[in-house]
Amino acid sequence: MIIHNSDLADIDRLRWQCRRGMLELDVLLEAFLEQHYEALSPRLKRHFIQFLEFPDPVIHAWCIRGESPDDDEFAELVSSIRATEVA
Amino acid sequence: MALEKQRFDTLILGAGGAGLNAALQLANANLKVAVVSKVFPTRSHTVAAQGGVNAALANVLPDNWHWHMFDTVKGSDYLGDQDAIEYMCREAIPTVYELEHNGVPFSRLANGKIYQRAFGGQSQDFGGEQAARTCAAADRTGHAILHTLYQQNIRAKTQFYDEYFAVDLIKDDEGIILGALVLNIATGEPLLIESKTTLLATGGCGQVFRTTSNAHINTGDGMAMVLRADLPLMDMEFFQFHPTGIAGKGMLITEGVRGEGGYLINKDGDRFMEKYAPNAKDLASRDVVARSIVTEVRDGHGCGPEADHVMLKVNHLNEDVIAKRLPGIRESAKIFAGVDPVKDPIPVFPTAHYVMGGIPTDRFGRVMPTADDDGDHLPGLYAAGECACASVHGANRLGGNSLLDILVFGRLAGHNIIDYVKENKTHRPLNEASVEASMARLDRWDAKGEGMTVSQLRNEFRKTMEDHAGVFRVEDMMAEGVEKVKKIRKKLNDIRLTDHTRTFNTNRTEALELENLIDVGLAIAVSALHRKESRGAHSRPDYPKRDDAEWMKHTLYWRESDKLDYKDVRVQPLTVESFPPKERVY
Repeated sequence: MIIHNSDLADIDRLRWQCRRGMLELDVLLEAFLEQHYEALSPRLKRHFIQFLEFPDPVIHAWCIRGESPDDDEFAELVSSIRATEVA
Repeated sequence: MALEKQRFDTLILGAGGAGLNAALQLANANLKVAVVSKVFPTRSHTVAAQGGVNAALANVLPDNWHWHMFDTVKGSDYLGDQDAIEYMCREAIPTVYELEHNGVPFSRLANGKIYQRAFGGQSQDFGGEQAARTCAAADRTGHAILHTLYQQNIRAKTQFYDEYFAVDLIKDDEGIILGALVLNIATGEPLLIESKTTLLATGGCGQVFRTTSNAHINTGDGMAMVLRADLPLMDMEFFQFHPTGIAGKGMLITEGVRGEGGYLINKDGDRFMEKYAPNAKDLASRDVVARSIVTEVRDGHGCGPEADHVMLKVNHLNEDVIAKRLPGIRESAKIFAGVDPVKDPIPVFPTAHYVMGGIPTDRFGRVMPTADDDGDHLPGLYAAGECACASVHGANRLGGNSLLDILVFGRLAGHNIIDYVKENKTHRPLNEASVEASMARLDRWDAKGEGMTVSQLRNEFRKTMEDHAGVFRVEDMMAEGVEKVKKIRKKLNDIRLTDHTRTFNTNRTEALELENLIDVGLAIAVSALHRKESRGAHSRPDYPKRDDAEWMKHTLYWRESDKLDYKDVRVQPLTVESFPPKERVY
């Protein structure tokens, strides 16, 4: 997938793409977007955009069940998402 | 700018299991099919269905569709239509085999056949030994089905409109549906899709309640579109609540937690289920546990600063038991409730899970516009899946029958549409007045100035629904709720958007969703107020008994004047004898 620099700032698009088929992911990803996305480095912002393309059960396994992504690049992002304050 | 228009044989609104299975039948028959979905199709709520699909394949234990039918009729508390239930249970078998042939990776037995697991409510020989009827693809059944159907649709050249929001059905003066006005979420531009046939497959509406297990997308869009087209919704008072959702958030905490020895306590630490269900205690049926929790909270025994929930205690269980037998629960509680259940109890409250009611259809998915049971269906309009009511779940749904419902009736609606389009080859003339009315509804959100925000009114509405039309239903409280929701409906006029841009304007989409939620919420509240009995998921402490003499009938609700009407349950199956109502004992 090609990600342009302009995509990194398109919060409105990302907000809609945080709408998922599972409530757990809706709540967690939207909270992460609002609280932490702006402060991410451009590298991690790109990772987040790529990350949203994964199927819901994969995101669920990583972010809720705590399984580790094979790819180290996503592991850093996933640990930030898991640390998001939603309670 | 002129309104862009496209024409298709069939327009399908919604890309979950029902919409995609219908689309596949149609595209394989070389019909020109459009599927509109507000999110990317494989992110539809079907993905959250982990359990499986019921079909009497008899791969593990003896089984046949007639036993499956008996269990479904009984589970429905005798409100399900027995012709539709017979049809679904028979069609379950070819539907599952078709999915298998399309590539769904079902879990298998050593002999190569599809593995089937046992679930509550499944019996052999009409209420005898436990049956094993549920086919699953590991714990990702919903995802596996969605993914397979999506790929097959791409192959078959179904045209997808991803991230388009359906605004209104367009209809002519005879009430025939001509297609829909949809909104491109990415650009904010409307698009008119004209179609010879339209299938609503927009899923459920759990977001009407403050605490729900449903994803944010489940806002009853298709149901509300039907109401605005002067068509009814059926049996909307029947909403299944799961007793233990994370308080204030809604995520499910599985029954397995109580099965492993977890139990509920109130603010005084009392194990209150001993009072409501002395024998079964915390393992009593879902509706009993849910109602007990709400009763505790209403009687002032709730926990937390708002005294609005109870606690699920598991910290007396071994940490290894929690890790091994309840995977994901500890993590979910940590993330969404901020507690580690190994140390502290989990705050819980009943969570709205599944709506049995919906758009009334016959067993072919054709929308039935009147209370006249022998009356005609509305030509060219179909509904399938959770947004529809065939009615196969009646007053309560069995586990494993929801995926079945969407897949069977999506498929059958597809077959029926193919026949319809053969006979009806041309588009009917467009009705500009209907298009203009829908455009005006969209343009209304361009109004600027001071006003309420969408989230303010949404919060007020969802809390009102939870308090007045949720688990606990008594006359005065519900009547008060109906009046409150009517006032909330009027307040929609006071909302002003905070964002008036065009591209990915979530604020505008959420305003349109809120209009839908409120229309559907009133259907629930009004229907529930008037059903003066307890049946299945509809529980009235002021009318605690099921009343078969008076209430073996379906509720129909129209938005115009919040009118109700009723029609008899279809108790006559297609080829077998009717199952007469009996007391439900499990």
